[in-house]
Amino acid sequence: MMNFLPLTESVSLAHIVGLGVAVFAAGAFGFLVRRNLIVLLMCVELMLNGANIVLVAFSRAPGAVDPQVWVIFMFAVAAAEAGVGLALAVLIWRRLGTLDIDALKELKG
Amino acid sequence: MEGNFYPLLKWMILPPLAGFVLNGLLGKRLLSERTGGILGSLAIFLSFIFALLSVSDLLNLPAADRLLRDTLFTWISAGPFTVDFALRLDPLSAVMALVVTGVSFLIHVYSIGYMHGDRCFHKYFAYLNFFVFFMLLLVLADNPVLMFVGWEGVGLASYLLIGFWYEDPEKASAGKKAFVTNRIGDAGFLAGLMLLAAVMHAGGVYGLDFATLSANAQLAAGASFAGVNAAFLIGVLLFVGATGKSAQFPLYVWLPDAMAGPTPVSALIHAATMVTAGVYMLSRMFFLYEAAPAALNVVLITGCFTAFLAAVIAVAQRDIKKVLAYSTVSQLGYMFMAVGAGAWAAGVFHLTTHAFFKALLFLAAGSVIHGLGGEQDLFKMGGLRKHMRTTFILTATGWLAISGVPPLAGFYSKDLILEKVFNSGAGFVWLTGLFTAALTAYYISRLLILAFMDKYRGKEHVHGSPAVMTAPMGLLAVLSVAGGMAGAAWLLPFLQPGAPPEHHSALMIAVSVSAAAAGIIAAFLLVGRRTEDLAAAWPRFHKLLLNKFYLDELYEALILKPLERFAGWTFRVPDSKVIDGAFVNGTAALFMSMGRGLRAAQTGNAQFYAIVFLAGLCVLLAAVLAGYYL
Repeated sequence: MMNFLPLTESVSLAHIVGLGVAVFAAGAFGFLVRRNLIVLLMCVELMLNGANIVLVAFSRAPGAVDPQVWVIFMFAVAAAEAGVGLALAVLIWRRLGTLDIDALKELKG
Repeated sequence: MEGNFYPLLKWMILPPLAGFVLNGLLGKRLLSERTGGILGSLAIFLSFIFALLSVSDLLNLPAADRLLRDTLFTWISAGPFTVDFALRLDPLSAVMALVVTGVSFLIHVYSIGYMHGDRCFHKYFAYLNFFVFFMLLLVLADNPVLMFVGWEGVGLASYLLIGFWYEDPEKASAGKKAFVTNRIGDAGFLAGLMLLAAVMHAGGVYGLDFATLSANAQLAAGASFAGVNAAFLIGVLLFVGATGKSAQFPLYVWLPDAMAGPTPVSALIHAATMVTAGVYMLSRMFFLYEAAPAALNVVLITGCFTAFLAAVIAVAQRDIKKVLAYSTVSQLGYMFMAVGAGAWAAGVFHLTTHAFFKALLFLAAGSVIHGLGGEQDLFKMGGLRKHMRTTFILTATGWLAISGVPPLAGFYSKDLILEKVFNSGAGFVWLTGLFTAALTAYYISRLLILAFMDKYRGKEHVHGSPAVMTAPMGLLAVLSVAGGMAGAAWLLPFLQPGAPPEHHSALMIAVSVSAAAAGIIAAFLLVGRRTEDLAAAWPRFHKLLLNKFYLDELYEALILKPLERFAGWTFRVPDSKVIDGAFVNGTAALFMSMGRGLRAAQTGNAQFYAIVFLAGLCVLLAAVLAGYYL
C-alpha cells in the first residue's frame, strides 16, 4: 500500500478539480475564439492537461493508481499529437503562407 | 440395376470433347490447318472405333439382354429423387451411335477439303467436334434429363455452325432463327419432361431412367392433367419438342434457312444426324406413346402433312441446297409417319438410310458449289456431268437411292414405312405418302437434270473436287446402295429382336416403285431445258411455291410483329419509365436532394465544427449524468 500525502484543509479536492476545470475551460474557450493554428494546438494541450489535473486529483482521493497510469498515457498521446499537429502546421504554412484556420475551407459543402 | 455395367461407353463421348478443347484453345495458335483437320477427324474416328467395340460386345449378349450401362456420377439428388449422369447402349442407341460417329467421320474428312483455306478453319472443326460430343450424349443418355442436355448442346452447335460465316448478316440471322424456333420446341420438351416427372412422383416413382419410366408408363396413362389424359399430353408436348428439332410443321421454317451454314454442316447436322434427334427421342419414349395412341395419331398426321408440304415446296426451289433442305424436311416427315403408325423401327431404319443418301446428296451439292466457286442457283449450272464426272456418278447414286428405286437404300426403308402405314389402316395418309414419294422422285430428278444434264449455263470456271472430298462421298454412295439390303436383313431384327420378319406384298412394292418411276419420268418429260416448266404452265401456283406458301410471311405478321410491338412497349413503359425512371434514377434523385439539404452543415469553418463537437459532448454528458442521478 503506497502512502499518499493527505489533502489538507486549505487545499481540498474541490480546489484541484476546480483548477483542472478552469484550465480545460480556458483551452476550450481559446480553441473556439482564436484563429492561429499554433495557438489552437496550444489550446488543445491546455484541454488535455486540464483533464490530467482532474484525473490526478481523483487518484489522490481514494488512493487509486489507474488514473495516474492514464495520465502517463495521455502524455504520450499528447506528445504524438503535438508532433503531428506541428508538422501539419509547417506544411500548411508552406502551402498557404498563412496559419489562419479560416483559410482552410476545402471541406465547405 | 438392370443392364450390364460397361465402362467403355464414356470413352465414346470423350474424344470429340478432347478434340473440341484442343482445336478450340490451341488450334489457331499452334496447329497447322492440316493437323487441326486430322485431329478433328481422328477424334471422331476414335469414337467410331469405341462405338464398334461396344456394339460388338452388345451383339455378344443374348438378344433379350442387350443393354449396357455406364454411370459416371449422380447428377441430381433431392431426397429420394435422383438423376444419374448415366449412359446406355441398347440396339436403338447402338444404331444411332454408329450412324452418328460413322457419318460424322466421313463428313469431317470431307470438310478438310471443303473448308481448305478458310480463315476460321480450326474453329470450324472445334464446333463440329463439339456437336458430335453433344449428339452422342443425346443418343447415349440413360434418362430424358441428360438427353435434354445433349438436345440443347446440339442446338447450340447448330446455331454456331449455321452462323459460322457471321460477317454476313443474313447468315447470322439464319442462325438466330434456327435457335429461336428451336427454343419454342424445347419449351414443349421441357414441359413434357416436367409433367412426366410430376406424374411419376405422384405415383411414388422417383427414378427417371428409361427402364424405370418404361416399367411405369401406365402411371401416366392412368393420370390426368387439367382434364386431359397425362400420357397424351406428355406425348404431344414431347412431340412439340421433336417438331422443333426435327423441323416438322409448323416449326420447320428454320431448316431451309439453316442452309446458310457450310455445306458439310448441312449434310451432318441438318440432314443426317441432329434433325433426326426428334425421331430418335420419340422411338426412345415409345413406351409412353403406346400408352397414348391418340398422341400417335397427332404424330402420324403431322408427319404426313409435313412430308407432303415440304415435297411440294421442293419442286419449285432454285437453290440446290434449298431443294435438299425441303427434301430433308419431307423425309423426316416420313420417319414421323412411321413412328405415328407404331413402327418406330421402320422410322429408325429410314433415319439410317436417309443419313447415308442425304449426306451423300448434300456432300455432292457441296462438291458442285465448291467447283463452281460458290454458285448455288440450279439455273446457272447444267451440263456438269462432263465437267465433274465423279460428282455426277455419286449424285446419281443418291438420286436413285432417295427416289426409291430398288434395290437401293431408300427403296427398302420408304417402302417399309408406306406398308406399315397402310397396314395401320390410315388409308388417306398412305395415299398422301405415296404421292409424296412420286414428288420426291420428281424434285430430285429435276435437281439432277438442272445441275448435270444439258449444257453448262454459268460463267464461272468449273474445277473438280479433291480426293479428300470424293472419297467420303464414295463410301456414302456404297452405303446408299447397300444400306437398304443390309438394314432389312440385320438392322430390323437387331432393333426388334422378337418381331416377326417383314412380309412384303408384291402389290405394295409394285405400287411404290411405279410411284417413283412416275416421278422420274415426269421430271424427264417436264423439266425444261432452259426455262422453268412450272412457271410457264401455272405461273401463280409456281409463285406460291417459290415463296413457300408465304408461311414465313404469315409467321412474321401473326407472331413476330405483335411480339415486336410488345417488346417495344415493354422497352418504352416498364423498362424506361418504371425501372430506369422510378427505380434507378428515382433512388439517385432521392439521395441527391438529401445531400443537397445536408451539405449546409459543412461550413468549412473549423471552429463551427468545434462548437458542434462541444455541444454534442455536453448533450452526451448531460444524458449520462441524467441517467446517473435521475
